[in-house]
Amino acid sequence: MPRVVVDVVPKPEILDPQGQAIARALPRLGIDGVLEVRQGKHFELDVDDTVDDDALHRIAGELLANPVIEDWTVRRVEDEAVRRP
Amino acid sequence: MRIGVITFPGSLDDVDATRAVRSAGAEPVALWHAEDDLRGVDAVIVPGGFSYGDYLRAGAIASHQPVLRSVAAAARGGMPVLGICNGFQILCEAGLLPGALVRNSGLHFLCRDQRLRVESTATAWSSQFEPGAEILLPLKSGEGRYVANASTLAELEGEGRVVFRYVGGAPNGAMNDIAGISSADGRVVGLMPHPEHAIDLLTGPSDDGLGLFRSVLDALVG
Repeated sequence: MPRVVVDVVPKPEILDPQGQAIARALPRLGIDGVLEVRQGKHFELDVDDTVDDDALHRIAGELLANPVIEDWTVRRVEDEAVRRP
Repeated sequence: MRIGVITFPGSLDDVDATRAVRSAGAEPVALWHAEDDLRGVDAVIVPGGFSYGDYLRAGAIASHQPVLRSVAAAARGGMPVLGICNGFQILCEAGLLPGALVRNSGLHFLCRDQRLRVESTATAWSSQFEPGAEILLPLKSGEGRYVANASTLAELEGEGRVVFRYVGGAPNGAMNDIAGISSADGRVVGLMPHPEHAIDLLTGPSDDGLGLFRSVLDALVG
């Protein structure tokens, strides 16, 4: 069954306080040099052959991501990567 | 006047919204998220709480429910709609109001009595206030920071569609200290603080919230 991955991240201009909190915690691991962290969401969808690229972009743009505040990418894992047209 | 109050799985403040509608002198009508029937109401309140557990994003799943499709169609026809807290988030997710509500800049859930300034009395839900009036309402939210792109913000400010603004700076980092906005026709209003929790001094910090519910009665009679 084809696997589709949708990744959603806050737009660059949207303040991401969760990412900032993660970045501030990293030095406690003894790791310096991480300049910025952006926290997003990762979705894995198992779809059948009736779900075409248009449907995937609707899924991503109308439900999984809020285009007002988030950017997103769609890719078929065992197939060529597809991106928003 | 019949004012519908929607209940979603996870709604918390539908009961207080119902009580506020009754206190203002209207008849509350319970609406259910899974039905598209608005039962002939004259206006709709989308109440606060945690619909669908805030899964995915606050308001995202509720915004796709059958009742919201009916509310969206009615709002396009001019029916007054008020979204409070999670209801505001739902109206933004549904595209009935511009922008979005995201995690508070300080990351903490905020629960406090909050002063607001009424910036516009030209909406269906704020006509009973004096322009510039300061009111006191409970604020209780973790994702209350209003954000929108620069052109949307300029449009809201230019058209007088910022209805409520936090006094003394936004505690959640909201852009332009925005606590509540309206649609272009002034019929749809969303705000993060809770007017339905401020309808009498026994249970709330003020009775300032009644002004919203009385305003819509004026709008419907007029």
